[in-house]
Amino acid sequence: MTQAEIKLCSLLLQEHFGEIVEKIGVHLIRTGSQPLRVIAHDTGTSLDQVKKALCVLVQHNLVSYQVHKRGVVEYEAQCSRVLRMLRYPRYIYTTKTLYSDTGELIVEELLLNGKLTMSAVVKKVADRLTETMEDGKTMDYAEVSNTFVRLADTHFVQRCPSVPTTENSDPGPPPPAPALVINEKDMYLVPKLSLIGKGKRRRSSDEDAAGEPKAKRPKHTTDNKEPIPDDGIYWQANLDRFHQHFRDQAIVSAVANRMDQTSSEIVRTMLRMSEITTSSSAPFTQPLSSNEIFRSLPVGYNISKQVLDQYLTLLADDPVSLLSLYLASADNFSTLFGSRCARIFRLVLQKKHLEQKQVEDFAMIPAKEAKDMLYKMLSENFISLQEIPKTPDHAPSRTFYLYTVNILAAARMLLHRCYKSIANLIERRQFETKENKRLLEKSQRVEAIIASMQATGAEEAQLQEIEEMITAPERQQLETLKRNVNKLDASEIQVDETIFLLESYIECTMKRL
Amino acid sequence: MASRGGGRGRGRGQLTFNMEAVGIGKGDALPPPTLQPSPLFPPLEFRPVPLPSGEEGEYVLALKQELRGAMRQLPYFIRPAVPKRDWRRLPRELKIRVRKLQKERITILLPKRPPKTSEDKEETIQKLETLEKKEEEVTSEEDEEKEEEEEKEEEEEEEYDEEEHEEETDYIMSYFDNGEDFGGDSDDNMDEAIY
Repeated sequence: MTQAEIKLCSLLLQEHFGEIVEKIGVHLIRTGSQPLRVIAHDTGTSLDQVKKALCVLVQHNLVSYQVHKRGVVEYEAQCSRVLRMLRYPRYIYTTKTLYSDTGELIVEELLLNGKLTMSAVVKKVADRLTETMEDGKTMDYAEVSNTFVRLADTHFVQRCPSVPTTENSDPGPPPPAPALVINEKDMYLVPKLSLIGKGKRRRSSDEDAAGEPKAKRPKHTTDNKEPIPDDGIYWQANLDRFHQHFRDQAIVSAVANRMDQTSSEIVRTMLRMSEITTSSSAPFTQPLSSNEIFRSLPVGYNISKQVLDQYLTLLADDPVSLLSLYLASADNFSTLFGSRCARIFRLVLQKKHLEQKQVEDFAMIPAKEAKDMLYKMLSENFISLQEIPKTPDHAPSRTFYLYTVNILAAARMLLHRCYKSIANLIERRQFETKENKRLLEKSQRVEAIIASMQATGAEEAQLQEIEEMITAPERQQLETLKRNVNKLDASEIQVDETIFLLESYIECTMKRL
Repeated sequence: MASRGGGRGRGRGQLTFNMEAVGIGKGDALPPPTLQPSPLFPPLEFRPVPLPSGEEGEYVLALKQELRGAMRQLPYFIRPAVPKRDWRRLPRELKIRVRKLQKERITILLPKRPPKTSEDKEETIQKLETLEKKEEEVTSEEDEEKEEEEEKEEEEEEEYDEEEHEEETDYIMSYFDNGEDFGGDSDDNMDEAIY
C-alpha cells in the first residue's frame, strides 16, 4: 500500500466513522494482520474502543478475521475496499437508473449498514419511501421485496457468508471466531419470506405510528417482537457486479465514440448476453455466435444479418486498447500538457517507437515545441526512452534513442496521482469547512429559529428580523463556501471515475500477463 | 583518478551522448538556469476539464453530501470520548446525573442497536440564543461511551475545548442537508429561544 493510498483511506475512514475507527483501521492497513491485544497495545487505545472499532469495520466488510493456531484471532484490513467508499454515490445512482427509487434505497441501506437481513432492508426502505409519499399513502412491503428479488437475480446484491450449520453433535468448545462459508449456488438465493406489511411514517399524525415518541428516529422503535424469519441470512451489495456494469458502459460509449451508434449497440448486446455467464473478472467474454447476437439485438434495430456480420468484422479488426484511447484522450492530456502533447502522445502510442525526428514529422509540430513537450512528458514519466545500440559498445553517438510509451507504468503512475489528488481535495474541503465553522453554526441556528417560529406561526416581521441576523457579507461568504465545497465534491467524483478506469485496466492487464 | 582533475584534462566539455540525437542542436539556446525552487502552486496553463454537471452530476453530488451527513448519524460513527474529569475539584452542580451504563457484548457481529442512553447537561449561559446541551461520559471503570442527542442544537463555547473537538464537524456536514430535521427538533426549545 502506497503512502497516498493509506492517507486516502485514513481520510475516508475518519469522515465516515470517526477518529477511533480511523486509527484502528489505518493501523491495520499499515501493519497487516494482527490480533486484538496487539492492536490495542500498539495504537494505545483502550481495549473496549478497539473492540467497538473492529465491530464496525467487520460489519462494513472492511476488515476480515481469521483464526490462527492456538485459537488466536487475527484481523486484517482490506485497503482497496476502504477506497470503494468513494464510489458509493455512483453505485446508488446506477441502481436508481436501473431499478428506480426503490432499488436505490435498497442499495443505499445496504451500503450504509454494511450487512442487513432482507426483512430489515425491506422494512427500512418501506418506511423511508412512505415518508416521501403523500399523506395517507404507504408503501407495501411486497413491492420492496420484489425489487429486492430482482436485484438479487441480477447479482447486484449477494448473500454474505454465513455461520455453517453444525449438524454433528460435537460437544467441543465453540471456536473463538466462526468460520463463515458461502456456497456459490446460494449466493443469490432469496429466502422464501412472506413479508406482509406497510411502511410506517415517522410523524405522529399517522395512526400506525401513534405509539412512537415524537422526533425520535425509527431506529429506536422496535415494535415487532416476533422472531425474524430470515435470521442469520445477511445481504451485502455486490460491488464487483457494479464494476462490471460500469465497465460495460465505458466500453459501449468508447465504441460509440470511435465508430457509430449501431456498432455500440451491437457491443452492448454482446455484453448483456454475457452478463451473467461470464464472471466479472474474466478478460474476455465467452465467444458468441453471430446468430445469437442477431437474435438478441433489441427490437427496432432491424439490420440484416449481412450488415451485422460486417460490423462484427470491423470491430474485430480494430485492435484498439480502450484505455490507451482514454489515456490519450484530449480530456486527460489537455489539462496537463495541452492538446498538442496529446497528439504527440497518441502518435507515439500508435507507432510504438519513434525517433525524435520522426515525432516532429508525424505530428507536424515545430521542432522546438516538440522537444519541449517530449521532455516534459519524459520528466513526468509518461514517455520513456528506449536505447537501441547500433554497435556492441553502446556508444552514444551510434545509438538510436526511441521514444516509447509503457502503458502499464503510465497507468500506475496516473493512478497514484489520482489517489493523491483526491486526498488533497478532501483535505481542502475539510479545511474550508473548518475555516467557516463559526459562520456555519450561526446560520444553522438562525435556520432552526426561523423554522421553529414558522411552525408556531410567527409574523412576517419577526421572521424578517431573524433573517437579518445574518448580514449580507456573511451571506456572501456562505454562498462562496457552498460553491467551493460543491466544486471540491464534484471533483472528487470525477477523479474517482478515472481511478475506476485505471484500476480496471491494470487489473485486466495483470491477468493477461 | 587521473581523469579527475577538476575537469581540466583532455576532453572536458564533452558529453557522453550525442546531443543531436536527443534534439539539442549546436548553437541552440539552452533554457535559463533555475535560481529558485519551483513555485508552490505553479500557474495552470490550461483550463481543467469541466466538472460533471447537468442532472446526473448534481444528483450524484447531492447524494454524496447526503451520505456523508447520514453516516455521521448512524450508530457506526464512534465519537471520541471526553476525558475523565476530576469531580472532586469542580462544583457538584456541574455533574451530569443521568448516566446509564451500557455494557456491550463486543464479540457479536450482528448490527448493533444503538444504546438508548441520552445524557443531558444543562447550562445557563449569558447568551440570548440557544441553550447549550452537552453530554457527559459514563465514568465507569471499563466503559466510556458517548452519544450525541441529535435533536438539540449546540453552540461552541470557548471554555469547553474538549467538547468543541468532538462537535466540531457536527453541523458542517449536516449543513448541506435540507434542514427538515431542524424544524421538528427544536420544538422543545421553543420556550428557551429567547429573542
